[in-house]
Amino acid sequence: MLPTLEQIKMRLEAAVRGARVEIIPNDSPSGQRSLLADREHAFAVAKFLRADPELRLDYCSNATGVDWPEMEIPEKIKVKQTVAGVEKEVEQIRKTRRPGFLEVVYHLYAMEKKHGPVILRVRTENRADRVQVPSLTPIWRSCEFQEREIYDLYGITFDGHPDLRRILMWDGFQDHPMRKDYAAPDDYEYEPTPHDEVLERAKRHYSKRGAAGIE
Amino acid sequence: MEYWINDKPANTPTLQHSNRPHEHRTSNIQHRTLNCFAMDQGLRNELQKQGVFMTTLEELYNWGRKNSVWPLQFGLACCAIEMIATSMARYDLARFGAEVFRPSPRQADLMIVAGTVTKKMAPQVVRLYNQMAEPKYVIAMGACAISGGPFKQGYNVLKGIDRYLPVDVHIPGCPPRPEALLHAFMTLQKKIAGQHLANTHQARHPDPGAPSEFAVPKYGAHDLEPPKNTELWRAPASERKGL
Repeated sequence: MLPTLEQIKMRLEAAVRGARVEIIPNDSPSGQRSLLADREHAFAVAKFLRADPELRLDYCSNATGVDWPEMEIPEKIKVKQTVAGVEKEVEQIRKTRRPGFLEVVYHLYAMEKKHGPVILRVRTENRADRVQVPSLTPIWRSCEFQEREIYDLYGITFDGHPDLRRILMWDGFQDHPMRKDYAAPDDYEYEPTPHDEVLERAKRHYSKRGAAGIE
Repeated sequence: MEYWINDKPANTPTLQHSNRPHEHRTSNIQHRTLNCFAMDQGLRNELQKQGVFMTTLEELYNWGRKNSVWPLQFGLACCAIEMIATSMARYDLARFGAEVFRPSPRQADLMIVAGTVTKKMAPQVVRLYNQMAEPKYVIAMGACAISGGPFKQGYNVLKGIDRYLPVDVHIPGCPPRPEALLHAFMTLQKKIAGQHLANTHQARHPDPGAPSEFAVPKYGAHDLEPPKNTELWRAPASERKGL
């Protein structure tokens, strides 16, 4: 039986000195919560998850990336306000600015114990220049290609990866296509049934063509 | 010289043909005017019954070529599975003399671009084409190879191999059935049979001025460079009303 995330968290914090582990809630119907480990101790945390006799999470089935751009999070708060001499509680929306970051998500299972998944997340400091996280390939060999793919498509660099280079795009390619702010090359051509974003692009191209005659 | 005369013009496009600038589509009427020693088809058939077989060097040459088109053995994606099925006993591409898939481009006459051409793969495909000896032909098989298909709006897929290569026959479908590939094959055979060795409507391969190699695109920082070979491919001019 897989211990609850709270139990895992307590054991982790006892076993790995200084590790800051957080449980990320999940409001979606699946309700699948996950563990967020800090960058500095992520490697030790992963090592513990694999070695612990009760967990034995020896199989990393999936590693993927998530891009979290900078965004404003609206929050409803109640503020006491004095309106015309009467004190009232008024609801206000406060916006907090959350800086952007990149995240790696690992799905861990135990073959022997037949339990899982435990979801482990590691976040980078930002999404521009400090994008390093420790590689977990030395712990789970199956991460090797998937971390390369994350490096390729999200631009997260994995410290300690044995062979970190692009895997899908070519070596000279400079972008990271899975990032939210990626702009694909504008090699548009005739589209028989344009719609949505494609329609917008089509309109731009057609007006350009109209100005310079048909291409 | 006598040219192939049939009920239909020899190179009638049944599927979509390319409109390469150096390869003209000829109508039946043009065919007839080219016939220096034109012979009535009925007369020819009659002579054949009497044991006199009349032909031309060109006709014989094209007949040989069209019945031994050896494809290059390579596949890029799921369309290749259909291509393999076409070459197997059930569909039997060997009926058309094209069962000999060559592992070397030096021995191949036909490139079947079967499947999605990713931008990473495109230079290698063009290089393989360049390494093939003339006369050489290209069939673009499937939605991806002709236009990028379902991946058209993606960052990593070429929006049709005709951006870099002169495609002779396009096959739509995702993937096309083996029958569609056979149809494309027969279309190509008709095209080969209608090609001329000399005069104005000459095929590409005996023409020393016609190109037999095309620029191999390079990997750029954001896209292939150039993104298309403008000598070969231009965006279609048709426009939609109301845009």
